[in-house]
Amino acid sequence: MLQKLEFVIRRLFTSVFVLIGVSLITFFLARVVPSNAAALYIGPKARPEDIERVRKQLGLDRPLPVQYAIYMADLLHGDLGASIGTKRPVLAEIIDRAPASLELLFIGMLFAILFGIPLGVLSARWQGKPPDVAVRSLSIVGVSMPAFYLGLLLQILFFRNLDWLPLAGRVSNDLRFTNPILPLTNFLLFDSFITQNWLAFKDVTYHLVLPALTLAAFPIGLIARMTRAAMLEVLEQDYIRTARAYGIKDVVITYLYALKNAFSPTLTVIGLTFAYALTGTFFVEIIFNWPGLGLFTVRSLLNLDYPAIMGMTLFGATAYVIINLIVDVLQAWIDPRISLK
Amino acid sequence: MTAIPVLPTEPEIQSARTFRHVLSVIVRDPLSLISTIVIILFILIAIFAWQVAPYPLEGAGKTNVSHSMLPPSPGHPFGADRLGRDMLSRVIMGARPALIVPIGVVLFAVLIGAPLGAIAGYKGGWVDETIMRITDLFLAFPSLLLAMAIASALGRGLQNAAIALVVSWWPWYTRLVRGVTISLRERYFIEAAQATGVRDSVIILRHILPNTISPILVQATVDLGLVILAMGGLAFLGLGTQPPSPDWGLMVSEGRDFILKQWWISTFPGLAIFIVVLAFNLLGDTLRDIFDPRQYR
Repeated sequence: MLQKLEFVIRRLFTSVFVLIGVSLITFFLARVVPSNAAALYIGPKARPEDIERVRKQLGLDRPLPVQYAIYMADLLHGDLGASIGTKRPVLAEIIDRAPASLELLFIGMLFAILFGIPLGVLSARWQGKPPDVAVRSLSIVGVSMPAFYLGLLLQILFFRNLDWLPLAGRVSNDLRFTNPILPLTNFLLFDSFITQNWLAFKDVTYHLVLPALTLAAFPIGLIARMTRAAMLEVLEQDYIRTARAYGIKDVVITYLYALKNAFSPTLTVIGLTFAYALTGTFFVEIIFNWPGLGLFTVRSLLNLDYPAIMGMTLFGATAYVIINLIVDVLQAWIDPRISLK
Repeated sequence: MTAIPVLPTEPEIQSARTFRHVLSVIVRDPLSLISTIVIILFILIAIFAWQVAPYPLEGAGKTNVSHSMLPPSPGHPFGADRLGRDMLSRVIMGARPALIVPIGVVLFAVLIGAPLGAIAGYKGGWVDETIMRITDLFLAFPSLLLAMAIASALGRGLQNAAIALVVSWWPWYTRLVRGVTISLRERYFIEAAQATGVRDSVIILRHILPNTISPILVQATVDLGLVILAMGGLAFLGLGTQPPSPDWGLMVSEGRDFILKQWWISTFPGLAIFIVVLAFNLLGDTLRDIFDPRQYR
């Protein structure tokens, strides 16, 4: 127990150092790499005196360590600057749009785990047989397909050809008037569920299927492959053979005894796929016109909204560091050997 | 110091044997063989794009408004886009930024990452600490997010997108090569070289780096798929190749508004990305089975 606690504390410390390093890199990109950072910060229509004012404000005329100190002080106050496009603080924009992206990310990762792990187990269980071949083909297609292309193909198939699912957006337009969702948290699934707005709940669910599936394709492939590899390794071990010799049911052995020990490497991959999914939402949100952080970032990229781009970079990296921390701690909890390393 | 003749050492002979072994496995496995052929074919098409494309000028960006939105036909098997450009020619010409540039990106990432990894692994101590902590910082970002930030800091364009990807990919090779180097450092031929007074720089260049080539090749094959996807992604977002130049990712983006009626504009460039990435992934899987670079991590 003490060892685990020590591991968690040590891991927290490294995360803090990594975050400081991350801030150094974003500082470099935000203030040092561009030849005229002040002009970028205020946008293309700036007057020279405005640029001069911003230069003073950001401390761009002062030595680099002082500039970094100013940058860090702003960050710690939650000040990421103001978006050029919307004139609002970048942090407010991020907070407003986060629920839409997080809802997509959660459902996407849920799909990835719910499909990926059983598929991987199935594949390992039937190694070399048709189910294995099918799963392996599916996973290699999943990791080879660009998200921005898969999304379009799914739209063609499920909207244009079959007309089963909506084309884009989070909720149908007419529903906004007939059954508006009370914006409690802006997690629409949750909001419509809690207010028992079933019509809206169904509509929101339908809208989520294609984006979440597009986002999940790559993680499903990766998770299925890793689960398969880990399962194959575990299934060869003596204790599994012993369990078989005792006549314990195959289903119990596969899903209870083997999967439990194969789960640790799978968890690592789940953590890794979050990194993919974070940037994956950018493409999915453009394709499905999803009003989240990705759409905001991509618009900022196109409009050269520099404060917004740098704010999102820092936000994304921070989220990733925290996810990695959580995965490591979870792993130490599942597999006690890790905290001993 | 007098030069000491360097005899071919045991692992160097072994690596030559591994290479022949790899070739024989690829030739015997139908999927890997097809993948290799597909990759070589696409690279040849990219190199000879001007000769292969039926309408090279349209492929490069010249508009032909009378052919606007022409559906696929024998004369234009992939149809034509909004500005009437032959899509087959566009896809062929787009192979350069979409395929050749990622190969260059991986090459540069190896050239930066591998020597740093060898130095870190060989020297150990504070040199190792410093180099590895720096790579940790870069790896703390999701690669594509870092590449997006760098590409927008440098300004849009194919060259800057490529630089951005190199900057976010080199640390993986530093990690890999460091691991291989640490396992090599204990071997007799390195100890023998050290004992006879061969300079560190010579040991790293002549004895360590050549022995890291096979794991690097495996890793690079797998990475190429990822870098092609990332490059396509940056182009799709408008951070890579700028119009009217052709690029697969950019073309998928250009056809997005017409996807429900003129499906061919996005479909064929996207298919090209998918096929190439699939080929690299299939080949990478085979190579990884023969020679797992992860065993050094």
